[in-house]
Amino acid sequence: MLKVIINGEDKRVSPGSVADMVRALGFQPEKLAVERNREIVPRSMLGEVMVADGDMFEIVHFVGGG
Amino acid sequence: MTSLTDDQLDRYARHIVLREVGGAGQKALLAAHVLVVGAGGIGCPAVQYLAAAGVGRLSIIDHDQISLSNLQRQPLYGTGDIGAPKAETAAAAVARLNPDVAVAAITEAITADNIAPLLADTQPDIVLDGTDNFMTRLIVSDACVAARIPLVSAAIGMFQGQVGSFYGHLPDAPCYRCFVGDAHDADDCDTCADQGVLGALCGLVGSFGAMEAIRAITGFGEDAKGKLHVYDGLKPDMYTMRLPKDPACKTCGSLAAA
Repeated sequence: MLKVIINGEDKRVSPGSVADMVRALGFQPEKLAVERNREIVPRSMLGEVMVADGDMFEIVHFVGGG
Repeated sequence: MTSLTDDQLDRYARHIVLREVGGAGQKALLAAHVLVVGAGGIGCPAVQYLAAAGVGRLSIIDHDQISLSNLQRQPLYGTGDIGAPKAETAAAAVARLNPDVAVAAITEAITADNIAPLLADTQPDIVLDGTDNFMTRLIVSDACVAARIPLVSAAIGMFQGQVGSFYGHLPDAPCYRCFVGDAHDADDCDTCADQGVLGALCGLVGSFGAMEAIRAITGFGEDAKGKLHVYDGLKPDMYTMRLPKDPACKTCGSLAAA
């Protein structure tokens, strides 16, 4: 297992892509933005960028109201 | 560029004294045209501050009428305005606030078909989007990239605000679609109606949007391209992320630097 921080909380996640991690958390990767180590992972790369030990993530759900 | 009148030197004195804005920045504001999409929770405060700032031309698009449930967060409107068109009521308020601003109200609903001609007719320098659904936001963003117009996007939901400045027409800057992707093109529901929004949050986020439009016009402070600001009103806390251009973005990816 890899030790990461997700939205400020320590978590242990299985090795895999950022998209895999997001799915394992119960979210759909296409419906949110994932920031990894202070930069948002381009949407087309979510399935390719691999989670590394010590990564810091912020998962952002979009708001679209006005 | 023409010089400022005595009244303008007085009206905008607090801007002009700012080194980062100054007389040149104020003249740039007076020469600028901002198109505000949506005259609701975001649009009301944005329009108030853009008008007060002396943005020389404001176009306000909204096809809705004012309803009683809008008044909790849309303080340009009062109880007596219920049933009146938002765009026209907001434009009347602008005319009352500042005679330097030429204001136009557009009451058409935005569609994928009419947005390009609308931008071509109005020719704004900046678009500030504060509409209430993802479908319209993506239509507006795609059209701004095609027309090479910077887009300030300001959005709210419940206790959260998200504000970004998008220059997707440039090779190294993301567009709004790089952020939200392709899963929301059919999403035309008004999330505030479904989930609620704290009224005062709209003032904060709408003003933030106006400030980013003014930043784009006058060039004060740091470059806003590729920054996405998330405000969490529950804590409260603000967090800024870097958003790169997605080379696979269907709207702006083909414009990416090689």
